[in-house]
Amino acid sequence: MNTLLVLAGIGVFGLFSEIFRFKKALLPVVFLGLAAALVTTVCDWNTNVSYFNNMMKVDNFSLAFSAVMICITMLWFIISPGFFTDETSKSDHFTLILFALTGGVLMSSFNNMVMLFLGIEILSISMYILAGSNKKSLASNEAAFKYFLMGSFATGFLLFGIALIYGATGSFDIDVIATRLSEGNLNSSVMLFAGILLTMIAMAFKVSAAPFHFWAPDVYQGAPTVITAFMSTVVKTAAVAAFFRLFIHTFTSMTEVWHTALMIISAATILVGNITAVYQTNVKRMLAYSSIAHAGYMLMAIVSMNSAAPSALLFYVIAYSVSSIASFTILLMVSNSTGNDSIESFYGLGKKNPFLAIMTLISMLSLAGIPPTAGFFAKYYIFIAAMENHMMPLVLIAVLGSLIGVYYYFRVIIAMFRDGNEKEIDFSGRYKLVMIIAGILALALGVAPGIVTGLL
Amino acid sequence: MLSLLIFFPLLAALVTAFSGEHAKKVAFAAAIVEFAYSLCLFFRFDPVGGIQFTENFAWITNLGISYHIGMDGIALLLIMLTTFLVPLIILSSFNHKYKSPSLFYSLILTMQFALVGVFSAYDGFLFYIFWELALIPIYLICLMYGGKDRLRITLKFFIYTLTGSLLMLVALIYLWLQTPGTHSFDLQALYALNLSAVEQSWIFWGLFLAFAIKMPVFPFHTWQPDTYVDAPAPGTMLLSGIMLKMGVFGVMRWLLPIVPQGVAEWGNLAMILSVIGVVYASMIAWVQKDFKRLIAYSSIAHVGLISAGVFSLTFQGLHGSVIQMISHGINVVGLFFIADMIEQRTGTRDMDHLGGLRTTAPGFATYFMIIMLASVALPLTNGFVGEFLLINGIYQYSQILAAFAGLTIILGAVYMLNAYMKISLGEAKSVAKHFAALTLTEKAVLVPIVIMIFLIGIYPKPLLEIAGPAVEALKLSIQTATSLK
Repeated sequence: MNTLLVLAGIGVFGLFSEIFRFKKALLPVVFLGLAAALVTTVCDWNTNVSYFNNMMKVDNFSLAFSAVMICITMLWFIISPGFFTDETSKSDHFTLILFALTGGVLMSSFNNMVMLFLGIEILSISMYILAGSNKKSLASNEAAFKYFLMGSFATGFLLFGIALIYGATGSFDIDVIATRLSEGNLNSSVMLFAGILLTMIAMAFKVSAAPFHFWAPDVYQGAPTVITAFMSTVVKTAAVAAFFRLFIHTFTSMTEVWHTALMIISAATILVGNITAVYQTNVKRMLAYSSIAHAGYMLMAIVSMNSAAPSALLFYVIAYSVSSIASFTILLMVSNSTGNDSIESFYGLGKKNPFLAIMTLISMLSLAGIPPTAGFFAKYYIFIAAMENHMMPLVLIAVLGSLIGVYYYFRVIIAMFRDGNEKEIDFSGRYKLVMIIAGILALALGVAPGIVTGLL
Repeated sequence: MLSLLIFFPLLAALVTAFSGEHAKKVAFAAAIVEFAYSLCLFFRFDPVGGIQFTENFAWITNLGISYHIGMDGIALLLIMLTTFLVPLIILSSFNHKYKSPSLFYSLILTMQFALVGVFSAYDGFLFYIFWELALIPIYLICLMYGGKDRLRITLKFFIYTLTGSLLMLVALIYLWLQTPGTHSFDLQALYALNLSAVEQSWIFWGLFLAFAIKMPVFPFHTWQPDTYVDAPAPGTMLLSGIMLKMGVFGVMRWLLPIVPQGVAEWGNLAMILSVIGVVYASMIAWVQKDFKRLIAYSSIAHVGLISAGVFSLTFQGLHGSVIQMISHGINVVGLFFIADMIEQRTGTRDMDHLGGLRTTAPGFATYFMIIMLASVALPLTNGFVGEFLLINGIYQYSQILAAFAGLTIILGAVYMLNAYMKISLGEAKSVAKHFAALTLTEKAVLVPIVIMIFLIGIYPKPLLEIAGPAVEALKLSIQTATSLK
């Protein structure tokens, strides 16, 4: 709760800084604010309180995901100053990111459909603008427009779904909805089914699951790289957390309506994401497809529906975000020095820049799920959760997906050891800092995963 | 302290990584220390004492994963093989100039760390982690230091082996879920499982594919010849000398006693595949022109025989496979080193362009002949002991299969002698005219290999005595597992 206030507060502070001209102080203040938000999040651990007439419920699940999002945002701010060079809109960008984060925190701690909707909208609207923040680039504008159009559709679906569920159960409160559903005497089952399916489609859109993923590659590629990094980590975390909370908490007694469908969506997402990624020559677009594929693995945690699922999902989100932010940092540096995002930019990296090569190696291994990195344990926990629920076919599809994944992640590794491109890459200390933090985390979670798994 | 034996190479790898130009000396010294330390354990080991040097503490408690290590006779021999071969492999690379040597030698030592770990793990998960860890350094060695077509070939190699690994992972998780209570990965807990016949069949295939790809058993071998040929010489030696033993070892410890019914149902097929591999690979080896490729195929043939011996489930078969793993490891490293020296000095591996080395380099040709004869299993060499036991074991299982497997003796002699004849005899071709004499480091690699060839060939008793009780225990645990289920 305090977390939300702090985040919204520094967001508003950012807006005022434009008027009162203290833009220089903005970054340190934002950092302090994020740190404060993190502290309040940690302090709320195990308290389990609900706020605003049960509109919001701060439990360990929401706290854990909020903390992850805040930490990733802090890392993100370290690599992003280059993005804020355009002085006139500097504070806007700060504010939008902070509002997006606020939306994300709401999405992970809602206890009411209205709050879910508000969270999604706060997050999405900020992201629509940020995707188009490179105003001079056609691709960036296209990305923003596409994102906005498709996102509005999805929001429409969500609103429809919420309305229909309200019609069937008479409440927005997910606790009340859950009890009504388990009691079974409902006004109209058709309305309810339609409502659940519509919300599922909307959420699948937000996590970019197949077949609702078509916006993602274009938006990820078109948006400025730092924004893509934010979208594929924080935004994805928020969306998946909301998805999980909604379906596991609220619709558990209605599994016959959505379970099979979601299982198919999960399998399809894994396959589509991985297979399409194989054909990409642009690393940024490849990472976009890889993020689609990872969404599929995260959905596996939702369809597992057992006590192992929340911590499996949390671990997956952490592992994925950490390795993802590292790979985007690398991509940022490589494309800054070579001028494009294609795989050829990575040629010769192993020779001229061993540090960068090792970091790329770690993050690619982690994304591919190879021990001893965090990505391996992430997949491992997800597989365990799924197998406890006897979903062997899904696990086998996921294994197949991981194999395909190795192919394209390793293409980046292989590219580093090809000849060519002898130009030295200059990188400032802050990139190095983020990469070292992310690299250590990826390895530490791969060796001692117990530090996270016991949490939920 | 077995942990020290496992983690010392990792520590050494870290030191080597920062040792710059001195990397190869540092790495070699570390490997020698490791070997000396393993000798200490070797002499303290009691052959009839069961599993020794055990260490067991919790690693990831809420998943029932523990750091449980130890070794029985089989593991001891394989660990000794590893610690014996790694210094030789490092030494054998001294006449090469590798770019960024610190990385190269650090990877070799990391590989040793993972290999010793694989052979000592008594926890399924730990085993899996070490198994995967072994893959990454060898992949990088092949990728960074391999031949022309390395990018394509190494990726194929990696994906092939990872397919097996992931299937093994799924099988292991399934087994883990079947263990009672809070679940455990401990080997004993997995042995005690009560699985239905159908489950056992599935698990068998999950695990068997992983091991079969690693060995490799026909028809999962297609990654192997290219990878062996394309990898740098030390990489090939690691792959063929030690890494393929991981597969055989995996079958012995992690397959046979866990799913005995699955083995009863499918073991016959595995036997037939292995024997097909023996004959098929020997035939292909026969027509090879490239000497390195010939050795690669001969390695498939040899490992096919080992695998057939394991699946015969007879005492002699299992016993022979342990001995043959050691002998094959030593011999194949010797052969690849010979091939590497020939290529370095003459610039070619094509046997049609070679000839007459016996006149220009008699010393070299003598070493070559000894190692070659050991590889064709001449009596009084180490190859004979294992092969004899293996064919004996296979004969007890099926006479027809033994007849086919026995062809390996004839075919092996044919292609190996043929290769020797082309390379060493006849008139000295132009490339072989100025064959430089052996250097001291080269001799330092060849002499220990030759000593081991004769030592094991003439007096195999200590080896047999160490392996015997462990194999007996393995057979016993297979039997109790069968009677339980």
